[in-house]
Amino acid sequence: MNMSSFKLVFRSAILLAAATIALATPRDAHAFCGFFVGKADASLVNHTSEVAIARHDDKTVISMSNDYQGAPKDFAMVVPVPVVLQKGQVHVGDPELFHKLEAYSAPRLVEYYDPDPCAAIALSEAAGFARAMSAAPAAPMPQRANALGVKIEAQFSVGEYDIVILSAKQSDGLETWLRENRYKIPPGASVALAPYIRQDMKFFVAKVNLKEHEKSGIEHLRPIQFAFESPKFMLPIRLGMINSSGAQDLIVYLLTRDGRVETTNYRTVKLPTGENVPESVRDDFQGFYKAMFSEQVERNQMHAVFTEYAWNMGWCDPCAAPPLTADELRALGVFWLDEGQRRSPIAPMMYGGAVPVTLTRLHLRYTAATFPEDLVFQETQDIENYQARYVMQHPWSGSANACPAAKNYFVQLRQRKIEEAETLAELTGWNLDSILKKAGLSGGEVTHPWWQKIWQ
Amino acid sequence: MGVAGSQRHFSNFGRSLATALGDPRLSQIFALGSLLALGAWFRDFSLRPAQIVLTFAAALGTQRLTWRCYPPAARSYRSAIITALSLTILLRASNLFVHPVAAAAAISSKSLIRIRGKHLFNPAMLGIVVALLLLPGSWVSPGQWGNDIALAGWFVTMGALVTRRASRGDISWSFLGFYLGAIALRIAWLGQRWDVWTHQLSSGALLLFAFFMISDPMTAPNSRGARIAHAALVPAIAYTWQFSLYRTNGLIWALFVASLAVPLWDLAMPAAKFEWITQGAIK
Repeated sequence: MNMSSFKLVFRSAILLAAATIALATPRDAHAFCGFFVGKADASLVNHTSEVAIARHDDKTVISMSNDYQGAPKDFAMVVPVPVVLQKGQVHVGDPELFHKLEAYSAPRLVEYYDPDPCAAIALSEAAGFARAMSAAPAAPMPQRANALGVKIEAQFSVGEYDIVILSAKQSDGLETWLRENRYKIPPGASVALAPYIRQDMKFFVAKVNLKEHEKSGIEHLRPIQFAFESPKFMLPIRLGMINSSGAQDLIVYLLTRDGRVETTNYRTVKLPTGENVPESVRDDFQGFYKAMFSEQVERNQMHAVFTEYAWNMGWCDPCAAPPLTADELRALGVFWLDEGQRRSPIAPMMYGGAVPVTLTRLHLRYTAATFPEDLVFQETQDIENYQARYVMQHPWSGSANACPAAKNYFVQLRQRKIEEAETLAELTGWNLDSILKKAGLSGGEVTHPWWQKIWQ
Repeated sequence: MGVAGSQRHFSNFGRSLATALGDPRLSQIFALGSLLALGAWFRDFSLRPAQIVLTFAAALGTQRLTWRCYPPAARSYRSAIITALSLTILLRASNLFVHPVAAAAAISSKSLIRIRGKHLFNPAMLGIVVALLLLPGSWVSPGQWGNDIALAGWFVTMGALVTRRASRGDISWSFLGFYLGAIALRIAWLGQRWDVWTHQLSSGALLLFAFFMISDPMTAPNSRGARIAHAALVPAIAYTWQFSLYRTNGLIWALFVASLAVPLWDLAMPAAKFEWITQGAIK
């Protein structure tokens, strides 16, 4: 693709993405890697969480999105952290950052149009115009704490949150302390807390300062971010399983300098990509993607972590949304960005102008049984770009009688549509006959090879 | 069961082939070749065909070159093939030069880094260490196998076959005992669920290490007692590396460090050096 046609595609992609983000369905109430703790009888159940981690040289900035839907007074959370955090290490971020990350890295559907088979240009030379769609887009008492083996290491307020950093000697002491301070702890909490206490981890406990919250006038709670230095490159997910009955989804955005991130204690699998799917997928791309993801989770017995996106932050092709700006990346904790810019004379946000940031988007669905350990990550040196991308090819709309080549085109088109339907069935686990019927290729007319049904 | 039956079938086939030819390395090649095929086809190994070809070309080419400088009593490409297979199974790279350079370093180390007539490092392990330390764009994916129990069973079967043929099963089993014992103690101490232990046990990377790397009879200590001590030292270092320093690839680094002590073990506890072609048909 030459530069001018790219620009056209790039611009239309941005426009379309901007239009489609608004259509993205709202998510369920999000969970954290720690657990929500209700302070009243509010029923708080975790379903999906989004976490962004920027890391380089053991320096880590974690941002936790906050889509908590209940009353602010009932909100609280507990997250194990490797070190004691001081006030300057905690920050309240802009929720827009998560929307931008999500839109930029979302699985995408691209569409191409078949050229006129009667025209002189060869099929292979026809430039496709891609466009992208976003898929989804009260002060604690120190004396009592000491008696329980709980130590208040730090205590401060940031934005609308009151934060306490705790260390504990015994998990039941910590559980008692949390209960006495009117945090409603889910049953079984001390069992889940114990391994973190033994590993000498601290507990980041946050609740909403109602006065500050009202003063700010912000309707939703904003993401909490914290920065620390530790060799531990992990995400505690076990605690979040306590108050969740079934499977939960977690999306982790990892911003690193040198390459793609993968989990070392679970298999990291790239989702099928580049597949041609029927035109009908356009009507419900989210439905397609959800079904495909569920099918892939099932095929891996819910033991795998899926890569949805791994790309240099400087560009995209096609773009579901523009890459994040340098300021947005800094806000997410990419502290090494300036160092990288000095090394590279190329303007960072131009097409092809790679920046020293790789974004890896990992998506997992897990239960307590299928993910017995917290996630441990490693940054690989893999710089090969990957995206979950699905292709839709619109047929030429002319008549079969237009020219001799047109007749041949429609014969091939029919075969292609059958193959697309088979791909869709394979990816999603949907019934092939129904897909064929929907595509106007009724089941009876389709001839399957004799061996296809043997092992089904 | 179908799978168990076919495993037995393959094991028997491998064993009879090895017995017929008198060299355990043939069954090792067969086992590693199966693992590579399984991984490449069923496990999204992110390995390019060109990387496999270059690894083999570099390993075999370097082997040929070393024979010119250091003429051996008997020439065989079998060890070089084993090293090439191990490297393709374990090492990942974003470019094409990492694999051949690692393979060349691995094979040449057998001639260049020798103490008292015995090479110091398992060549595949050294190749990986060289790549991780010196070559840009390389990494190891410990999670690439997944924890598929059936696959783990396959490893154990194949590995048992290889180590039995090479008479060094003691080191594999004692290593697994020490390592998994340490993991079990950690789980008990932390109060974690026992699923974590089975999760660790069924890691393909661990079993591959136990049956195909630490068990290398050419670089393991000669005496049985020293082998057991070596099999305890490696997990101790790996455990510290992983759970105190929170670094990855603990087993590889641990074997690298522990290998430095092997000449001392051989000095302190002398025993006959292992030779590939002293068993089976020739014996």
